[in-house]
Amino acid sequence: MNYYQRDMELASREDMLAVQSERLERTVRRVYENVPYYRALMDEKGVKPADVKTPADLYKLPLLSKEDLRKAYPYGLLAVPRADAVRIQSTSGTTGKRVVAFYTQRDIDIWEECCARAIVAAGGSREDVVHVCYGYGLFTGGPGLNGGSHKVGSLTLPMSSGNTERQIQMMCDLSATILCCTPSYAAFLAESIIEQGVRDQISLKAGIFGAETWSEEMRRDLETRLGIKAYDIYGLTEISGPGVSFECSEQTGMHINEDHFIAEIIDPKSGDPLPEGSRGELVFSCISKEAFPLLRYRTRDICVLSREKCSCGRTLVKMSRVTGRSDDMLIVRGVNVFPSQIETVLLSCGYPPNYQIIVDRVNYSDTIEVQVEMTQETFSDTVKDMARQEGELVSALRSMLGISPKVTLVAPRSIARSEGKAVRVIDRRKF
Amino acid sequence: MSMDQISVFVENSPGRLADITEILGTAGIDLRAVSIADTADFGVLRLISSEPQKAMELLRSKGCVVSVTPVLAVELADTPGSLAGVLRILADAGVSIEYLYAFITRKKGNAYVILRVEDNARAEKILADRGVKIADADEIYAI
Repeated sequence: MNYYQRDMELASREDMLAVQSERLERTVRRVYENVPYYRALMDEKGVKPADVKTPADLYKLPLLSKEDLRKAYPYGLLAVPRADAVRIQSTSGTTGKRVVAFYTQRDIDIWEECCARAIVAAGGSREDVVHVCYGYGLFTGGPGLNGGSHKVGSLTLPMSSGNTERQIQMMCDLSATILCCTPSYAAFLAESIIEQGVRDQISLKAGIFGAETWSEEMRRDLETRLGIKAYDIYGLTEISGPGVSFECSEQTGMHINEDHFIAEIIDPKSGDPLPEGSRGELVFSCISKEAFPLLRYRTRDICVLSREKCSCGRTLVKMSRVTGRSDDMLIVRGVNVFPSQIETVLLSCGYPPNYQIIVDRVNYSDTIEVQVEMTQETFSDTVKDMARQEGELVSALRSMLGISPKVTLVAPRSIARSEGKAVRVIDRRKF
Repeated sequence: MSMDQISVFVENSPGRLADITEILGTAGIDLRAVSIADTADFGVLRLISSEPQKAMELLRSKGCVVSVTPVLAVELADTPGSLAGVLRILADAGVSIEYLYAFITRKKGNAYVILRVEDNARAEKILADRGVKIADADEIYAI
């Protein structure tokens, strides 16, 4: 078993708590002194830096949300003099106005080390060719994995996103062994590779797929179609980027780099911390960052933390797959619907992960339609068979969701492919 | 002595049928018979063509969903009651028909009925025992 930073990845609970406490205490003091915006929030709550000495004291601190980042835009949460920061990254802006994050050189090094841990956990080494087709630029995906690959010493192929033909050509020509991109783009690449008949010309052994929620069924599908082991990676720009947590060979959740980011789970409604093992909203406190050390930042991602012993040897706490967002969760006819649930059903019924969910309101009643692409395998010449398949899909979706959606089978490739985050939901309701 | 029909998934959008038939026409593939089954959301286009294998490969390469289904081509006299006669034979034998469509030819004064049943071999035997002629693929393709 290989590790990138063995001392931290395999640290005992006591050692990790000591590291966390020391770093947390220092960061809270620094933020209080250097960030007027956060100091005002702390003062309002009546908490002083001296009140926070260990992770157990975190609950005393105020929570931060994306709304705070927007209010403090652009420089209001910067914790170092502007001259000390060397990089700006930004979120995709899919949920509203962009927010920006800042990095010192040391912050970038730590971020890249986190990505290096992920690459090594996926079996990467100096011998590998790492093909990165996350976008480069403001988006953190490309720069993060690119930097991580450099740290590992792998040969890095900085493809960025787009131009699928060229991606496949380079992947084949240069014998790329590890693919880094979004799972939906990996699915698109797999489809194109098989269509072009070049499946036997690729040398991939692993994929590191993140920036989107994907299901276990989609993982198995990608693994079979590309002949790889597929690893999940998690992160968000506000906290650093990809590599906040990463999957190991056990593939049962992502190890959080908790020597840098302390995770908590809270009730998304009340904001109260939940006991270990509860499903709730993930909250991070950055304890080693210099430029942008957000404390108790609400990710809006819903998951569960686990400290069960991992066969890979890492002691880092694990987070489950994100099962939804506390803010992109759809409420249809009063029922909570996560796109990931729909994906799970589609894949288990033999459909491709190319789908779109259309929510609308007709005569004051919500409607939900799932459009899914027909395949050569699922097509039949009789209308009876097709109607039966649609019916089976409707009842499988009904038992998963608790409401009955309309299912529409559409022509292959008629749902727009995405090279970044897939547009899974179109909500036409006006509230 | 079943023959191959190709079935094509047709999304309900203007021009789809024109697109599909143009692809075949441009490639010089002759159509012998055409039928379409429609539902609220999509249609299934069924074709008897001169080169089913080539037609399937061509359409798939253009991104269409296509399947090949064995069907029976029953030869009939182009006279009142002849179709009913054949269907009665099948009905009496408990063979249910998924769908059928018919075409006549100029040359022979004959008509052909394309039948899709669950078990081609069984239906064929029942019809043959009663003297009904099943056309073979070459005969249909050569019309």
